[in-house]
Amino acid sequence: MQLSKADLLKAYRMMKTIREFEERLHVEFATGEIPGFVHLYAGEEASATGFCMHLDGRDKIASTHRGHGHSIGKGCDVDAMMAEIYGKKSGLCGGKGGSMHIADLDKGMLGANGIVGGGPPLICGAGLAAKVLKTGGVAIAFVGDGAFNQGTTAESLNLASVWRLPCLFVVENNGYAEATSSKYSVSCDDFTDRAAAYSMPGIAVDGHDFFAVYEAAGEAIKRARSGGGPSLIEVKLNRYYGHFEGDAQTYRGVDEVKNIRATKDCLVLFRRRVEGAKLLDASELNKIDADVMAQIENAVKKAKAAPKPTAADLMTDVYVSY
Amino acid sequence: MARKITYQQAINEALSQEMSRDPRVIIMGEDVAGGAGTDGEDEAWGGVLGVTKGLYKKFGDRVMDTPITESAFIGAAVGAATAGLRPVAELMFIDFMGVCLDQIFNQAAKFRYMFGGKAETPVVIRTMYGAGFRAAAQHSQCLYPVFTHIPGLKVVMPATPYDAKGLLIQAIRDNDPVIFCEHKVLYTLEGDVPEEPYTIPFGEASVVREGKDVTIVTLGRMVHMATEAADNLAKQGIKCEVIDLRTTSPMDEDTILESVENTGRLVVVDEAHPRCNIATDVSALVADKAFDSLKAPIKMVTGPHVPVPFSDVLEDLYIPNAAKIEAAVRLVMGKKN
Repeated sequence: MQLSKADLLKAYRMMKTIREFEERLHVEFATGEIPGFVHLYAGEEASATGFCMHLDGRDKIASTHRGHGHSIGKGCDVDAMMAEIYGKKSGLCGGKGGSMHIADLDKGMLGANGIVGGGPPLICGAGLAAKVLKTGGVAIAFVGDGAFNQGTTAESLNLASVWRLPCLFVVENNGYAEATSSKYSVSCDDFTDRAAAYSMPGIAVDGHDFFAVYEAAGEAIKRARSGGGPSLIEVKLNRYYGHFEGDAQTYRGVDEVKNIRATKDCLVLFRRRVEGAKLLDASELNKIDADVMAQIENAVKKAKAAPKPTAADLMTDVYVSY
Repeated sequence: MARKITYQQAINEALSQEMSRDPRVIIMGEDVAGGAGTDGEDEAWGGVLGVTKGLYKKFGDRVMDTPITESAFIGAAVGAATAGLRPVAELMFIDFMGVCLDQIFNQAAKFRYMFGGKAETPVVIRTMYGAGFRAAAQHSQCLYPVFTHIPGLKVVMPATPYDAKGLLIQAIRDNDPVIFCEHKVLYTLEGDVPEEPYTIPFGEASVVREGKDVTIVTLGRMVHMATEAADNLAKQGIKCEVIDLRTTSPMDEDTILESVENTGRLVVVDEAHPRCNIATDVSALVADKAFDSLKAPIKMVTGPHVPVPFSDVLEDLYIPNAAKIEAAVRLVMGKKN
């Protein structure tokens, strides 16, 4: 699957934006200024990017607790996302959603989700709407290895298969459901083993390799768009931080994250590949790095300075009409 | 042009007329066609009690049989509602809410608020409730108070064929998630229903009997028990005002308060279990906002705090009836039973 130079730059910018957004949140959360729970996507950027690079305005995604990467991938406004995480009125959800419920339906982002396994049924519905309304759109449920054991996920795989919906079920297996290893909590060696039970293709892919994800995603999306039905894709990857910020991660091995960062970082691997093949110059990528740093710095500054919602905002937006 | 049809036919007619009017309206649920994939008839059932019969023949694939996986298809209805369809999903018995509640109360109900007012989720969940079918503990509950508790959901409780049609059309056209509760005993009830489509606004109670002595606030099947009681009491010179709430969320507080201010006495009749139900909710409202109008303590007539029993003897004891309501009214009137 050939990527143009513009696509490569776009993909790198997306991954870098997610990375800096999350790395900065890690720093800012430690100051105590960010309320609530924050679950960081750092380390998993190639997955959201590999899928979202194929998507357009017709397409819908549903995400997880760890939803910032998917939101950025689907085009949510970074300033408004940051303001939302700070609980500000200028936030993407007016400060009413927060990190776990970031959404922008206008962008086809049906929400991070505070419920493990909350997204797959919704994505069946988004896929059904695309099919009935003949939009040509696809719908992707991103779930973690924890959510893939939920009954909602199993039911949704069956329903999507029975109704031949243009859906993808992407399990981002980072090895841990909260603090419990997927080696312990998952009944099969690979989630793709479950695909046969639902009569759909199951594809495993290395989630540190943007190009591998991009290719697998492209095939499954093409299949869904052309009426071929749903696919299950397992993206094997790692998260750089805990389940949530503040998680001491004592369940992880000594130097586990350090070794992953040193050998499997998706941004480093991307740069090595495109620079080695002389597809992009280091200077072009360095410029993106600088742009993104400035963008995130600006987003944080604006979020910190933005006003909070007022008492009048408490009681609005419950119903469309009362 | 009104003619007599049943509550069940009124619901079917509302669905049919709305599906004809708006191609975005689809129906999904277990056996709503009934027969998908079989060698026999492809619309063998038309819903477990035949409420959706004929719609598959008329609308084909827009009436979708689902696997028995409530989380997936109720959630799919919710997701489809955010993506341009106006689904009417059937949760066969309200008792099954337990297997899919997350998709209703954490997803559908919360999208609008959680997403800063930008989401619309025009989904209707039709569901059957109530005792009287000898269907016992897991197929007879009321449970509408649970939905009423949750901000973001609208909860509709039609008592008559006329209300069933008008409220269902309103529900389908409404841009919020609506839980539409149908009492299974009422399906065969006949009443005058206009042929043409019409809507009944949510949050407007219906005063089905006027009276100056006692206010009876009620809903669903209990409306008929309450009017029977009121008619019996009228012969004894006690005039009851019977208010059918029609929707519990939103709830028409003004009509309740105005009536109690006139009568000074309140009996609330609710088939649901007695704790945290609509009767306690209405009683709390009146105690809070019209206490000074009360001439007597409020009385509640409800089902007891036990699961719905199977045996006919026990189930008949379980369900509130006209005699129990009349006794409560006489009590607040200071009369001996």
